[in-house]
This record gives sequence, structure tokens and C-alpha cells, in this order.
Amino acid sequence: MSAPTLPAALADATRDDASLRRFLHGLPGVDQVGVEARATALATRSIKKSSKLWAIDTAISMVDLTTLEGADTRGKVRALTAKARRPDPDRPDTPRVAAVCVYPDLVATAVEGLKGTDIGIASVATAFPSGRSSRQVKLADVALAVESGATEVDMVIDRGAFLEGRYGEVFEEIQAIREASAHAHLKVILETGELATYDNVRRASWLALLAGGDFIKTSTGKVSPAATLPVTHVMLQAVRDWFTATGEVRGVKPAGGIRTTKDAIKYLVAVHEVAGEQWLTAEKFRFGASSLLNDLLLQRRTQHDGHYSGPDYVAVD
Amino acid sequence: MPAFEYAPAPESRDLANLKPSYRPFIDGEFRDGGGEPLKTLNPATEEVLAEVSTASDADLDAAVKAARKAFEKIWGPMPGSERAKYLFRIARLIQERSRELAVLETLDNGKPIRESRDSDLPLVAAHFFYHAGWADKLDYAGYGPDPKPLGVAGQIIPWNFPLLMLAWKIAPALATGNTVVLKPAETTPLTALVFGEICQQAGLPPGVVNILPGAGDLGPKLVEHPGVDKIAFTGSTEVGKLIQRQVAGTPKRLTLELGGKAANVVFDDAPLDQAVEGIVNGIFFNQGHVCCAGSRLLVQESVADEVLDKLRYRISTLRLGDPLDKNTDVGAINSREQLGRIRELADSGEAEGAQRWTSPCPVPDRGFFFAPTIFSGVHQSMRIAREEIFGPVLSVLTFRTPDEAVAKANNTPYGLSAGIWSEKGSRILWTANRLRAGVVWANTFNRFDPAAPFGGYQESGFGREGGRTGLEGYLDV
Repeated sequence: MSAPTLPAALADATRDDASLRRFLHGLPGVDQVGVEARATALATRSIKKSSKLWAIDTAISMVDLTTLEGADTRGKVRALTAKARRPDPDRPDTPRVAAVCVYPDLVATAVEGLKGTDIGIASVATAFPSGRSSRQVKLADVALAVESGATEVDMVIDRGAFLEGRYGEVFEEIQAIREASAHAHLKVILETGELATYDNVRRASWLALLAGGDFIKTSTGKVSPAATLPVTHVMLQAVRDWFTATGEVRGVKPAGGIRTTKDAIKYLVAVHEVAGEQWLTAEKFRFGASSLLNDLLLQRRTQHDGHYSGPDYVAVD
Repeated sequence: MPAFEYAPAPESRDLANLKPSYRPFIDGEFRDGGGEPLKTLNPATEEVLAEVSTASDADLDAAVKAARKAFEKIWGPMPGSERAKYLFRIARLIQERSRELAVLETLDNGKPIRESRDSDLPLVAAHFFYHAGWADKLDYAGYGPDPKPLGVAGQIIPWNFPLLMLAWKIAPALATGNTVVLKPAETTPLTALVFGEICQQAGLPPGVVNILPGAGDLGPKLVEHPGVDKIAFTGSTEVGKLIQRQVAGTPKRLTLELGGKAANVVFDDAPLDQAVEGIVNGIFFNQGHVCCAGSRLLVQESVADEVLDKLRYRISTLRLGDPLDKNTDVGAINSREQLGRIRELADSGEAEGAQRWTSPCPVPDRGFFFAPTIFSGVHQSMRIAREEIFGPVLSVLTFRTPDEAVAKANNTPYGLSAGIWSEKGSRILWTANRLRAGVVWANTFNRFDPAAPFGGYQESGFGREGGRTGLEGYLDV
């Protein structure tokens, strides 16, 4: 996939290391108090009735159903794909999730399990979650995922290089993996919990967008704090600003720690009001979550039935 | 796919315990007033909420007399630690009844419930708690040992923050040992009268707090009344000047907190997304009915287009409508007169050549509403840059250098507040030192705290409210 033609100012930003640094450090700062206050205020939106049901269905369709454990087995992945196909067997009108996310060596199993559906197969490549390995290993990891049939690649950036200010290196690595991912969608995991400041989150977001990432993703889920609302606000602002500058709509994926319908709706409100309506689709917004889906299903039933049914009414896979 | 439309999430109006009629609170009890009764409207629907009996001259006399007696016999001589107990009790009762008060405030004033609930009421309680803490520590407030109260305070408050302004006036007056005769605004008397109930609940001695609803003619009578030792007024500069004339030559003390035309200065190195939030909060909070609203945006030319684009996008996400809906960001204009004044000034902006942009948000057919509006291409010589609009209308001006920003920001007869947006600490301090305004916010706007003194320069009035400095207005020092 060829890099899109960028407006002159942005293309110039990636010319060399120095101009990249100048560009990233020239981005407007993020005021911590302000962004946190805004996130808190927006989280008080009260969502009811038909809007809530719509929000639940939309959230379900945005879930990347994920298992990323050392103990993952083919059986576990098969169970997950079955769940992805039919999230709530009693209610066939339940939307399907967006994708199933697994380690590269399990992609083949997921492909088999999802045959005949349009559910995406995402894989965390590039020496996930730390990203601490050689370029060759990372590329080989990506190749394994893509060759096994992954349609989406979730890569981690080299946080060490980023924090040392070697932006050019991070940029170039994202580009290399962009190329190796071929037609697969590339999600760039910033691991915002390790970037420490909102200024860094904004810079890393732009770096990933400049290098051609289709999505920017908050976290691996292995580091605390993982996704937070203020961080997601900053990233949503970045994709919105990117849209203003280039006319392209790139996506955002908060991952890790979003467990309840209430939380998920807060994120949807942020997507709606910070980025805009056109981001309210699984093409442009995802939840990286494993336990969120069941709460969404339970709340969906509650909305339809008028009463809560309890965790034993949904599958635990 | 349907757009994400939030279903209505209305707060129950039953919580307000709205009664068909309300009466003045004099000498510890509610009495029929001898004045012409008035009807108070819900500005969001134009329906009558309640009939309010108003105070006559005789009621005013009775209230001042009761306040005098309570001051001399009970409240003045009472040890500060005892007064503190009453104030703490009032603060706790406000917290307990905060939902009721928030809904009533929203019905009567038109402000969104999320603001009366999340901003007004917590601050009201905080003011009573804060001043309760001072009541027994006045010897250590820096005014020498044993500073004395002034006596009977006549207080007149506006309609933009009916209960909050009451708290700003009554809490320090009581903490310092004064007694109070308070006149709430003609269009928003209800929460003040419910506050009378709270005084009863707290067991406050009769006469310490008296609340006299009435129209515009009652204010001057209260100011003139010979039994009043101190006048505290918050409201328009025009009325403030009249009061100052009335009080001139008498021994009465006076504090005035009047209008404003605050500058919100955005430098090119500002955290722009948060600056946009601050601009929105500065002017659209409480429908712009804020004397310290950031109604003049001064933005550095190099980022002006970017800021304006972001601002228009952000403003178009503001939700205007039913104030009782928990998702409403901008509520109703308090009265038809005020709406007329906002319209007139906005039209003058257009006539003078500024570019008008109005949020495309839907506007209800009933009630007094004005969609958030910004004017760009505004110059210092235009009326919309000089006069206080007191509504959701922002005037955007640009500047090239920090000196020019300061010169333009100070080029106003007012001086209540200002905002500075920059990531550079030295620039913030440099600018703040040069701005003539009572409050200067840096990288935030419209933040209030009972410990922070608030008040103005020039035509924005004199005297301070809040903090240690605020006590001075009620002490003989």
C-alpha cells in the first residue's frame, strides 16, 4: 500500500529526523487539567431508551473480541470465534463483533473458525507487548500473522526509542511494518500508559498517522493505566485534526480496562462529540476488550426484556 | 445508521416542591407582603411558576427593625464559635436539599440542570462551609484583635446565579456578625425564599436573615433606609452608579460588583484544544449570564483561523434546549427583556460589519432562547466589543504581539476578570501582571472558590467577596 499524498506541510514534516522533531514539538500542547476536566464533564451525559439500545448495538459491532494470554490454546480461540459469530445465541438479531484478536500463531485457528463471515482477524505482531526485539523478529512476526490470514495487524511502537526522542526510528519502523502488513489494516499501539504525558500521546498519535497507521490504539492491555477517557480524547482530537488537514478519516481504538456498558457509552459520547459522527462506525472506532462484550449483551437483554437477567444467561467464552 | 441522538433525560420537576405561592421572610417567619404581588416565569416555557407576595415599605421597615434587634440582642454579641455552628448547619441543610434547590433554580432561572446541580449548589454549600470556618477566627484575619461587625447589611442580588449570589452575600455577613436584609431579583426569587425555610430548619434566631422579594423599586428603598449600615450590590453598572449616588454622603459602607467585558487572551503557544474548551466555558456557561464571562476573545493572528475553526466545530456540538434535560449545555435566557437586549446588541454587531456565525443547533419554539453566536472580525470600536451583552455571544478580536494583547484587553471601562492561555509560564506571569482585572485565570476560565477573592476594577465595581479579603467588607476595620 502506497503512502497517501500528504499536504506539503505534513510531507515536509517527515523529511528527516530534525524536521520530524520540529513538527512533533510544534504541535499545540495538551493541558492536563483541561483535558481531564473535559473528559469528566462529557462523561456525565445521560443516555437513555432508544439511544441506549442504539449505543449498545453500536458498541457490540465495534468490539475486537480479544484473548492475549500465554495460556491461549486453539480450543480457546475456537470458542472465541464461535462467540464472535453468535454473541448471543438466544437473540439472533444481536450484531456481530468487528474482529477477533489473537497472537500470530493462533491466527490460522481463528481463520478457520470465522470462515464465511466478514468478521476481521486481528493479530498483535511486532514482539507484543513490549516490542523489545530486533526489526527482523518484528517483521517475521508480522509476516506470520499476515500469511496465516490476519486482516488486521496490531503493532506496538518502540516506546524506548520514542522516549529517547528517536522519532525518525519509530516513524521508519511503523512504515516498514505498514509495508509488511500488505493489505491488512494497521493499528498502531502507542501504549499511552508508558508515554506518561498527554503531550507525548499527541506526538505519538501524529507520528503513527504520518507513518500510515490506519488506527491509533491506546494500549496493549498489559500496562496500567491502559485506556483512559482523557487519553482517548487526545487521540480523537488527533484524528480529527488529521481529517481537517488531509481529508482522510483514520480510526481510534481504546484497549484495556473498558469492562462495562456504562464505560463503553462514555467512549461513544466522546467519539460523537470530540471527533464527530463519521467516527461512530466499526471502520473507524474499536474497543479492544475481552470482558466488555458480556456486559453489553446483558445490558442489551435488559433493554429488550425490561429486567436484568444475570451473568449466567450469556456465554463465558 | 442513525445519528447518535441522545433521548431526553429530564430531571423530575416534582423534586422542586414548587408551591403556588411564596411569601417574604421577615423576623423568622413567612408573612404576607403588602406590595404588589408578582408572578415568576419559567423562562424555558413562559409558563407561570408561582405567585410571589412582595414587600411593601412597611414590610421593609419591619425587616430592618427585626434585623437591628437581632443584631443588637443576639447575633452581634454571640461568640463566633456559636455563629459558626449555625452556618455549618445551614451548609449541611443546603447539601441535603441540593437536588430540590437545583431543580427549583433551573425552573426559575432557565440555567441547565447540569450547571445548577454540578456547579451552583456545590459552590453555595462551599461558601457557607468556608465562612463558617472564619466565624470564630476573625481575630486572626489580619484586621487586628476583635474586629467589629457593621450592623445591618442590605443586600441586593441579580438573577444570573440567584442562590449562589445569596450565598456570596449572606455567608460572609453572618460569619462576621452582621444581620441581613436581602432582596433577590424580581425574576428569580424562589430559591432565596426556600433559603428562608432552611434558616428556620437551622434554628437561626429570628431577624438574622430577612428576605424581601420585590420589583426594581424596592432596591432603592432598601439602599436609602436609615436603619441599614452597609449596602452590598451585585448587578448592572448602571444601577451600581445610582446606588453609589444614593449612598454618597451617608455613613453607609458600600461594595459593588458590577458588569464586565472580560478578555480571554489566547497566545499562539496555547494548548489549543483546551483553550477552545475554556473559551466555550468562558462565554457559554450559564448562557453567558456571567458578569465575569470571557466575552471578548483575543487570539493571536498566527493561530486565529485554527482556533476559530475548532471553536465553530465545538460550539456546534453544544446542546441547547430544555434546561431540565441533563444533557442540555445551554439553557434559556432569563427573561424576554434580556433576550431583546441580546438580540439588539447582536444586530448592532452585524450592522457595524462584524461577521456573525450562529450554531446550527435547533432552537425550541417556546421560551426565551438564543443560539450560541460568535462574531469574528470584531474591532475595539464596535459596540459588541465595548458593551456587556450578558448572553451567549462571543466577540473575536485578534492581536499580533503580547503588548498589543495587553493594550486591547485593558481597553475597556470594565475590569472584572481575564483569561490567559499559554504553555509558557513566564508569558502567563508577564501578562497577568499587566492585565487590570480582579481575577486573572491562566489556562482555565470561570473557576470559583470561596477562598479566592472576587471583585472588580473601574466600572466593574469595588470591594471583594470571598477569601480573607472578602471579610473586610463586613467588618469595621
